[in-house]
Amino acid sequence: MNRGIAVDALTKAYGDLDVLNGLNLHVDRGEFVSILGPSGCGKSTLLSVLTGIESADSGSIAIDGQGLAGSGSPFAWMPQTDVLLPWRSVSDNVALGYQVAGGVRKSQARKQAGELLGTFGLREFADSHPYQLSGGMRQRVALARTIAQGRDILLLDEPFGALDAITRTELQLWLDQIWGRERFTVLLITHDVREAVLLSDRIYVFSERPARVVGEFDVPLERPRTMSMLAGDQAKQLELDLLRALHVGSGDAP
Amino acid sequence: MVNVSSTTWFLPVRPWINDVKSVLRSLRLSLAPLVLLAVLLAIWEIYSRSSTIGDNVLPPFSRVLTAGWADRQSLWENTVPTVREVMIGFAVSVAFAFVISVLLDLSPRANRAVMPLLIGSQTVPLVVLAPLFVIWFGFGFLPKILLVTLVTFFPVVVGLVDGYASTERDAVTLLRTMGAGKVSVFTLVRLPSALPGFFTGLRIGITYAVVAAIFAEYAGAVSGLGVYIRGASGSFRTDLVLAGVVVAALITLGLYGLTIVVQRLCMPWYAASRKVLE
Repeated sequence: MNRGIAVDALTKAYGDLDVLNGLNLHVDRGEFVSILGPSGCGKSTLLSVLTGIESADSGSIAIDGQGLAGSGSPFAWMPQTDVLLPWRSVSDNVALGYQVAGGVRKSQARKQAGELLGTFGLREFADSHPYQLSGGMRQRVALARTIAQGRDILLLDEPFGALDAITRTELQLWLDQIWGRERFTVLLITHDVREAVLLSDRIYVFSERPARVVGEFDVPLERPRTMSMLAGDQAKQLELDLLRALHVGSGDAP
Repeated sequence: MVNVSSTTWFLPVRPWINDVKSVLRSLRLSLAPLVLLAVLLAIWEIYSRSSTIGDNVLPPFSRVLTAGWADRQSLWENTVPTVREVMIGFAVSVAFAFVISVLLDLSPRANRAVMPLLIGSQTVPLVVLAPLFVIWFGFGFLPKILLVTLVTFFPVVVGLVDGYASTERDAVTLLRTMGAGKVSVFTLVRLPSALPGFFTGLRIGITYAVVAAIFAEYAGAVSGLGVYIRGASGSFRTDLVLAGVVVAALITLGLYGLTIVVQRLCMPWYAASRKVLE
């Protein structure tokens, strides 16, 4: 049994509408895995099942070979919009992760949030309020809050989708840098092919609804990643393969 | 490599400069209505002095002020009970509205049952209940408190309920994925999200509150601005009636300003974040 998270034959339907149809995937400890899929591929349903908001009709989620058995979701969700609470300072927003998911007392949560912001290079913003930050900075704080939840796996839900292209690239490289240091287990959901290539160890390609895996690709690039790697032959070929798999999955001619 | 701690994404905020600027700006903004008010009062003054209209029909504004000042002892003695009724009635109303709004928020079924009745209750012109309250509860303090509470309850509760509903959906989902229960979601997200709506309700409510208190006093009371105005009217002292009206307006204005100060203190982030968005 490999260590990490295994999703087995996950199925979910709303009435007659099949959304997830026997979905299998696994993420090893310390691995960065992406799910690449077209919009409307049942992504948000998968998210709410993984985060424990909804339950699946059948199938299982196991962590290190053990069933979850009511111990709560192993996923810490980072939504596309930062959802920072405007009345809380940056450090109090991060403390929310420790406080709610970790059950830590408020004063202790604040202290831990301060330390985490330090390792993220965000210490100077600890007492700022979200409105004082740009979109990119807010997203960094949101990532810190996600990590503060202390869960096994970070579930990043198109985290940079709402940012402009320049900031997005900047944050992707920043995330790679943080990941290189901390080696979180990450499941990234995206429909940006280049983002998946730039950040992942492994990529699943999803079909349109009902979602199933139509392709699985290893990313053969060195770490830390740089933009110039995307211009290399290996990356180019991978991008092409991914696009092809996406089109097969959505029924279009390649 | 990306410089992690660059400050270029940070909007520098120098608090005191912004405070001075905002004071100057609000002065400039409040200048226009003040000028307009002065013009209207001047027209009133000139008209009532130059026309043959009697002083007991429309005294000049200056006489309203001098007569009011001369009678300040009695005016003050009648202002105090009115303000007390407004404050206590409004406090009861806010406390009650908060409890009801929490129940409505935690139970969608209660919300569906109660909200239509609440809205329906607004079709009753509540101030006309004042004479009834005198019959039921006498000339004392209680019927005034009741009327103020009844009249101001609705805007406050609607402000709160709408405020809860304005909570960002993703924020609630995020907290639920963190494992937060209903009560935590309420205190951590829904309640703070409702503050802007609550203060809107509060501002509307406070303007109704003074009217309700004076109306309750009209219907029967020992003292208060309503009693003062009614007495002055009975003895054809139009100047004193108008002096009472001016004091009532000043009370409302003062309480309205107070709600804005409280709002600023309760949610300093709100005004500041709106300024950045502009």
